[in-house]
Amino acid sequence: MEKSIRKWFALFALPGLVCFAVAFLVPFVWGFILSFCEFTTITNASFTGFSNYVRAFTVDSYFTQSFVFTLLFTVVSVITINLFAFTFALLLTRNVPGTNAFRTIIFMPNLIGGIVLGWIWNVIINGVLAAFGLNIMSDPKFGFWGLVILMNWQNAGYMMVIYIAAIQNIPQDELEAAAIDGANGWTTLTRIIIPSVMPSITICLFLTLTNGFKLYDQNLALTAGQPNHGTEMLAMNIFNTFYSRMGFEGVGQAKAVIFTIVVALIALIQLRFTRDREETA
Amino acid sequence: MKRTLSIVLIALLAVSLPLFAQGGKESAEGEVYFLNFKPEIAEVYTNEVEPAFEEATGIPLKVVTAASNQYEPTLRSEITKSEPPVIFQVNGPVGLANWKDYAAPLEDTAVCSMLSDPSMALSEDGHVYAIPYTVEGYGIIYNDAIMRAYFALPDKAVSISSAEEINSFETLKAVVEDMTAHKDELGIQGVFASTSMAPGSDWRWQTHLFNVPLWAEFRDKSGDSSQALAAAFAAKTFDFTYSAEFKNLWDLYLDNSVSPKGLLGGKNDADSMAEFALGQCAMVQNGNWGASQILGVPGNTVADSDIKFLPLYMGLEGEEGQGICVGTENYLCINKNASPEAQANAVKFLEWLFSSAEGKDLVTNRLGFITPFNTFSAEEQPTDPLARQVTEWMANTSVKSVPWTFAGIPSEQWKADFGSALLQYINGSMDWDSVVKTAQDSWAREAQLAGR
Repeated sequence: MEKSIRKWFALFALPGLVCFAVAFLVPFVWGFILSFCEFTTITNASFTGFSNYVRAFTVDSYFTQSFVFTLLFTVVSVITINLFAFTFALLLTRNVPGTNAFRTIIFMPNLIGGIVLGWIWNVIINGVLAAFGLNIMSDPKFGFWGLVILMNWQNAGYMMVIYIAAIQNIPQDELEAAAIDGANGWTTLTRIIIPSVMPSITICLFLTLTNGFKLYDQNLALTAGQPNHGTEMLAMNIFNTFYSRMGFEGVGQAKAVIFTIVVALIALIQLRFTRDREETA
Repeated sequence: MKRTLSIVLIALLAVSLPLFAQGGKESAEGEVYFLNFKPEIAEVYTNEVEPAFEEATGIPLKVVTAASNQYEPTLRSEITKSEPPVIFQVNGPVGLANWKDYAAPLEDTAVCSMLSDPSMALSEDGHVYAIPYTVEGYGIIYNDAIMRAYFALPDKAVSISSAEEINSFETLKAVVEDMTAHKDELGIQGVFASTSMAPGSDWRWQTHLFNVPLWAEFRDKSGDSSQALAAAFAAKTFDFTYSAEFKNLWDLYLDNSVSPKGLLGGKNDADSMAEFALGQCAMVQNGNWGASQILGVPGNTVADSDIKFLPLYMGLEGEEGQGICVGTENYLCINKNASPEAQANAVKFLEWLFSSAEGKDLVTNRLGFITPFNTFSAEEQPTDPLARQVTEWMANTSVKSVPWTFAGIPSEQWKADFGSALLQYINGSMDWDSVVKTAQDSWAREAQLAGR
């Protein structure tokens, strides 16, 4: 048996490997090469060296501007989403009536696609702002907080489900022992519940962090980066550079490479950090 | 048993792999794939032109329409496919410069010889690469019924008595401001439709309205109106000499609008056209392509005979002799990388569309193009009220049409920058001097990037 697995392994792994290569490896390497080239269509490129990377920062300041915007947004949304999700999870793991209904309701927005959610919130926010004679395009801060609200609405339910699963897995006897020892609610939370759900916190932080960085469709539907690139996030800046500016395809590609490296780095650091805490816990 | 199973599985894999690799459906040989620019008439192409052409010639035709303001990105991704568009569109010399590696020479085709003025085609190095297919005009569209109601008011503040007498910014401003004062009596919510600034909807301002000061500046610099486009196309810098005039009309639009300024960022051009069609306003800046957005709107209250054009008066010297803006940004190219058979069929399609009786009928009555081809007689022009108005204004010898000069804008990025600046001006987060500076700086940067 062992032998035949070794014998046939390559063959049966082949379709998966081919898919992986076609859908990921080849485009990735190709994209990396293209970031050093000038081209109009990706099949017809000429090598230009590092100029694309220089132009990404020198021609206009929108890339750095959207970088800062994305960073701010990610920090705020990671904190708020996880706070909300964890609070909901705590509340909905007590034996109160209607728990299942509430869990369903809070999870529901996650089933709606980003573009649709973006439009829905665009209408809601414009409706509210119209009372003041304003509009979501009037000021970038409306777009920023709109995005934060939207992402909380969409993702808090999903993260909540992960936290609920983790909280329900905490051995009941630990909680009972704590209660007998006279631990109050806060001590129970910080000494037992949070350390026990640390793996879930890692997952949720990781998911919200990368979601925040890679956000595109919600951004597009809500404000499309307006006014004056004030709410443009990294992914949208890259897309716009590549598709809306003639002669900037390579620059867009260079930005995409920088983007990939940054996101990968942040995710790795964050993973390492929470892993360490998990082990000591 | 196990052995048979593995053999079957392997066979299955072997069979499914090439299937997977092939993907997609095979399209017919020599199919003409036309990437259409105009979303207003997308349905006419798919529902009427496609079947008619296929029936007449047996050549398969596929028309795909890019979403509003998404033509360049769509073309960019479509043209790399193994079945690329055979007919695509460029918006003028700047567009052709971007796509000339893909454009086939057209001087020997029948369509090219059908042009009434061969110099309208875009040429380079002695070859014709792009052929215009429709002439369009734009200005301020007004609803004459509301204007007549205004001029019948006993306490109107102006001395003129019909909209046709408006021939300068001064009179326009006096009329518009007085109409705003009387808007309840006139039953309108504002004189002008909303100045649409939603993403993708600001082209009426950053390109069309801007055309007038752009043309005036390069007319002065080149000394001749007909040389303005060439001068703009070659210009390394742009001074925005007539920024004050642009601001005149721009402020007039904003201050006498259906919507308060704060809401404009969420309005798109279809909203503005609907406001006009429903009689909520008296004027809207747009061109003859907008006819379907007025006549086709349910609840439309505007009679055909009441839809008329005014030129874009903004206070330029001698503007009494200025007509509406007439020109084209619609040039067709044939993709030289498509199969020779598809290219030949594409030429046949264009010839059929613009010279056969059936094709011409579709062009005039359904697509609504005022064409630059000599195969169309004077009677074979679109009958919608705006197209008729364009031909009337063109035929009016007492005024001179403003040629479309915006094809000389160095890049799409310039338009985006200027549009953003205009939105910020509306929002009050940018003063006018900064808007002007944005226009100048962005021009210098983009012109340099474009290699001028």
